[in-house]
Amino acid sequence: MRLVRCAGADRPRLRFTLDGAPAEALAGDALLTAILTNAGHVRQSEFGDGLRAGFCWMGACQDCVVWVEGVGRVRACTTPVAPGMVVRRA
Amino acid sequence: MRVAVVGGGPAGTRAVEVLVRAGYRPLWLEEAAAHGGRIYQRPFAATALGGDRYGPDSAKAAAIHALGDRLRAASDWRAETLVWNLRPGLIDTFRAGRLETEQADRVILCTGAMDRIVPLPGWTLPGVFALGGAQIALKVHGVAIGARVAFIGTGPLLWLVAAQYLAAGISVALVLDTTPFSTKARAAAGLLAAPSTFARGLALLARLRLAGVRVIEGGTPVSIEGTEAVAAVRVRDRAGRELTLACDAVGLGFGLKPESQLADLASVPFRFEPAQRNWVPEHDASGRTPVGGVYVAGDGAGIAGAVAAELAGARAAWAAIEDSGGAVAAEEVARLDRAIARLKRFRCALDRAFPYPAWLAARTPDSTILCRCEAIAAGALRKAAEAGHVAGGADELNRAKAFTRIGMGRCQGRLCGPPAAEILAEALGRSVAEIGRLRSQPPVKPLPILPEAPR
Repeated sequence: MRLVRCAGADRPRLRFTLDGAPAEALAGDALLTAILTNAGHVRQSEFGDGLRAGFCWMGACQDCVVWVEGVGRVRACTTPVAPGMVVRRA
Repeated sequence: MRVAVVGGGPAGTRAVEVLVRAGYRPLWLEEAAAHGGRIYQRPFAATALGGDRYGPDSAKAAAIHALGDRLRAASDWRAETLVWNLRPGLIDTFRAGRLETEQADRVILCTGAMDRIVPLPGWTLPGVFALGGAQIALKVHGVAIGARVAFIGTGPLLWLVAAQYLAAGISVALVLDTTPFSTKARAAAGLLAAPSTFARGLALLARLRLAGVRVIEGGTPVSIEGTEAVAAVRVRDRAGRELTLACDAVGLGFGLKPESQLADLASVPFRFEPAQRNWVPEHDASGRTPVGGVYVAGDGAGIAGAVAAELAGARAAWAAIEDSGGAVAAEEVARLDRAIARLKRFRCALDRAFPYPAWLAARTPDSTILCRCEAIAAGALRKAAEAGHVAGGADELNRAKAFTRIGMGRCQGRLCGPPAAEILAEALGRSVAEIGRLRSQPPVKPLPILPEAPR
């Protein structure tokens, strides 16, 4: 799956790191947007039932948690992406 | 008197407005970076997305945004502040990496709502999102959840989000409403209590049909197919014919449920609201709960919509003012009461028009994941119910939680709670009201482990 950009695509680009590889996002993106426009999932279920890509987009389900270097575990849907952010999918 | 308002959506913003107008300086706590709530949520980059992102509610969104901006200076505004526990007179918060405890004589809880789910085989696949989440993706983040999207569920939001995706140029593979047309038609007379909203709903339906979108009313979702992502949905139409439709994303939602954990922690008793099939914190028409000093307003007190939330927030603020001996604007309060009663009639009709498909939740296949946090399948709950024939078994939802871990994950039962209650009720042959609800626990959302504790 990939998110499809519908509006605001003229915002300035920024670079961040996703699992050690360079990736690009737009200023003002949520981390969930930034990840899911680059990749098809945000995490593995800890219980071996496959990939997850978030669900509720409103900070309630906690199914989009990722690691940000220097910050710790964050919800990708409520965290803005920042230039140079180093993100690790769980 | 120190009054706290928890939440910056339509209810919280109007509550703060009334308090400020009456000369108070309330503590105003909001988990997000800005006020507006989920319905009028603002993008991270304020000017980036532009356009008519709130659709027909743009004027209301703009009014709430402007009002809240003005109220920030007049209140003790705290953004990015999670309220994770309530104790008598005390509010435990987490803000900027720090735990803090605030004192308040009265607290108005305007904690909003979230999507209510029926789990389907495949609903944890990447590409399946909550219906409200699909809308937030589009209006707040400027992204669609996929290029060809199926919308499955019931409720006015189902049709609204599908139409918004269509307008954004996204291909809509399917709108499947579990509620048959006839059920909605029977509620039509009541829906005329709000004629413009009703007309807007009919226009949405017409627009989707005109655009050639496949619409199934009274259908049954069977499964979401795919291995590492959504590839298709399998559904049955009203006549029972099975269809498989290709798509790369699914918006899934069956109405809303209150985010009422803080009221629970404040010891407010709950009652089962049969029309909405939701548990709601007990309160009177002014938002007073049976617990002195605790008020509830907006969708967190029972689903009533954003317009009603504005009125209820203002009304609860007047109740708090009156209870602390302040002067009340009687005419304004009477006007609010009348408007709230009128909208309640519309909401009752809406509840009848789009019932939660309890039958569908109750027949969740044994192998389908019910608790997505801990990947626990529905069959595990049925097994626990079978064990309930011996003493000490899972005869209500919290005991079932202890046996199965359903509701113990990171979301704390927000998603699995309602369908789990339906499954357990069916398995035990009891009513869902008797099965109960998952009790809330602090912290109401995950907190990082810190070396300090609240005072």
